[in-house]
Amino acid sequence: MKGNEVIAEAAIRCGCDGYFGYPITPQSEVMETLMLRKPWEETGMVVLQAESEVAAINMVYGAATCGKKVMTSSSSPGVSLKQEGITYLAGAELPCLVVDVVRGGPGLGTIQPAQSDYFQATKGGGHGDYHLIVLAPASVQEMNDFVDLGFELAFKYRNPAMILSDGVIGQMMEKVELSPFKPRWTDEEIEKISGSWALRGKKNREHHIVTSLELDPYGQEKFNRKLQAKYREIEAKEVRYEEIACEDADYLLIAYGSSARICQKTVDLAREQGIKVGIFRPITLYPFPMEALAKWAGRVKGMLSVEMSAGQMVYDVRLAVNGKVKVEHYGRLGGVIHAPEEVLEGFKSAFGL
Amino acid sequence: MSNIQDITKPEHLVYRKTPLLTDNVMHYCPGCTHGVIHKLVGEVIEELDIQDKTIGVSPVGCSVLAYNYLDIDWAQAAHGRAPAVATGISRLHPEKYVFTYQGDGDLASIGCAEIMHACSRGENIVVIFINNAIYGMTGGQMAPTTLLGQVTATTPYGRDPKLNGFPMKITELLAQLDGTCYVTRQSADTPGAVRKAKNAIKKAFQNTRLQKGTSFIEIVGTCNSGWKMTPVDSNTWMRENMFPKYPLGDIKDI
Ligand SMILES: Cc1ncc(C[n+]2csc(CCOP(=O)(O)OP(=O)(O)O)c2C)c(N)n1
Ligand code: SF4
Ligand SMILES: [Mg+2]
Repeated sequence: MKGNEVIAEAAIRCGCDGYFGYPITPQSEVMETLMLRKPWEETGMVVLQAESEVAAINMVYGAATCGKKVMTSSSSPGVSLKQEGITYLAGAELPCLVVDVVRGGPGLGTIQPAQSDYFQATKGGGHGDYHLIVLAPASVQEMNDFVDLGFELAFKYRNPAMILSDGVIGQMMEKVELSPFKPRWTDEEIEKISGSWALRGKKNREHHIVTSLELDPYGQEKFNRKLQAKYREIEAKEVRYEEIACEDADYLLIAYGSSARICQKTVDLAREQGIKVGIFRPITLYPFPMEALAKWAGRVKGMLSVEMSAGQMVYDVRLAVNGKVKVEHYGRLGGVIHAPEEVLEGFKSAFGL
Repeated sequence: MSNIQDITKPEHLVYRKTPLLTDNVMHYCPGCTHGVIHKLVGEVIEELDIQDKTIGVSPVGCSVLAYNYLDIDWAQAAHGRAPAVATGISRLHPEKYVFTYQGDGDLASIGCAEIMHACSRGENIVVIFINNAIYGMTGGQMAPTTLLGQVTATTPYGRDPKLNGFPMKITELLAQLDGTCYVTRQSADTPGAVRKAKNAIKKAFQNTRLQKGTSFIEIVGTCNSGWKMTPVDSNTWMRENMFPKYPLGDIKDI
């Protein structure tokens, strides 16, 4: 199945209550698949084509206030439009899932795959001090798995989660083991999970207000400190990464998503030439695997951040190793996908090999 | 003949504040229309006995804190996005009474697309639209509904159509859309007008019960602070200038 189709199927299977979207290449298959599947007949899941990405994310906001499992998907220009809603969701501590199938920018850019929205995804994206929980799938299988995981983390921390994919993973066809069906939450389950804040009509309790407004700066500071404490907890508990051929490595390629797939071939090519290279693949981009990566700083001669961008994650890699090892970047830009051989050349010239 | 104990006997009660209104002190300026309409919404919810099934969506504007004044569940929406937020709530809670409460800047300017499409889809919601021809909250700038010649903080020489365009009758526009079932324009400047406005709000909530689509109620109101007039002068100015441009009455009722 195609990565984008799998997102739709996984949403239905994990008991998602609602999807709100607006068409944009290269992810339109998500909503198309949902409309074709008609989950409202099967599970009662709502699927609605909104008038814009701005409306779609605000529908997600509204639906999320009800304690429901809701999501949207888009690609770079659309995700830029969603930033207003995303910061409101973070500010109101609402769980939801946002899928970003990244394409090249800036502006209208290109419809080809890119990884140039790392900053936007991991550093907040909209205004204010906040973070999304960002998962980076490197396969169609992970497109499936991260839908459920994204919702799980979003509800655990009452924070929006994002799947940061790209046009390669979204359009790629691979074998996938779909998750088993989970029913949608019942009213009783929602009451148990989100009963303290969800909007379900006031009865025998104080009225619930979902808002991100706080006029008193000291009140806002207090709230922001609470958010920060939550992020520290996420950083302590939710880091995920993968190490490939690292044990004997002299050099590490740091890559996520489709770049990590490309780098696997680069590793083979390098090892054929006797250069011991491994891959460190961050799976959560926020929280970024700072400590896990720092451990390699004294053990390898260099790190190359491989991203289809002008170099964004490379800043986090440098922060992680804090000057203890040389960190360079390699990547094609604007929708060009680097070939494994190009990455190898880039790697060799970066470290004078 | 009658003493205070006699007058205040329960059987002599002629008026009481609806319990739907909280005891929080309202931040609205004296004379502002927002407070009156809050009360009407509260009374309607009480009379229809739907407190446990009603969810309000507050805007960005002076009424952003409406959630502190009505004792129901509330979501606060981004500027202009209340109809999208209400769509999300209503689609996931089709059995609930969902309404938005929005100002003219919120609804007719930044939120034009969201209100158009919610009405076009016929979302089963109520929209209460307070048209005071100005941006009250931000200090009295021009709104899409500001009248020609009207002085605001951003039209200090009066609204000039060459520079600022024309006032917008968004309510008439929305009445054109197939998804709206009830579109009306009311005011709250006299006891009679208040009663009519309340009936309109009640009818709108009843339409939600009947799953009829979007009910849209414009309230032509005053912003004495923004207009820089006394409450009494504001009412006179509104009758003389706003009512001719924004005539009261039902525009659509099906
Ligand atoms: C995105 C965004 N832009 C601008 C503002 C500033 N702002 C707050 S309220 C408002 C206008 C409100 O006017 P209106 O909707 O007419 O409500 P009123 O205060 O008159 O009731 C504006 C422009 C904001 N909060 N958010
Ligand atoms: S500024 Fe205008 S709209 Fe706002 S509370 Fe005062 S009178 Fe009402
Ligand atoms: Mg106004």
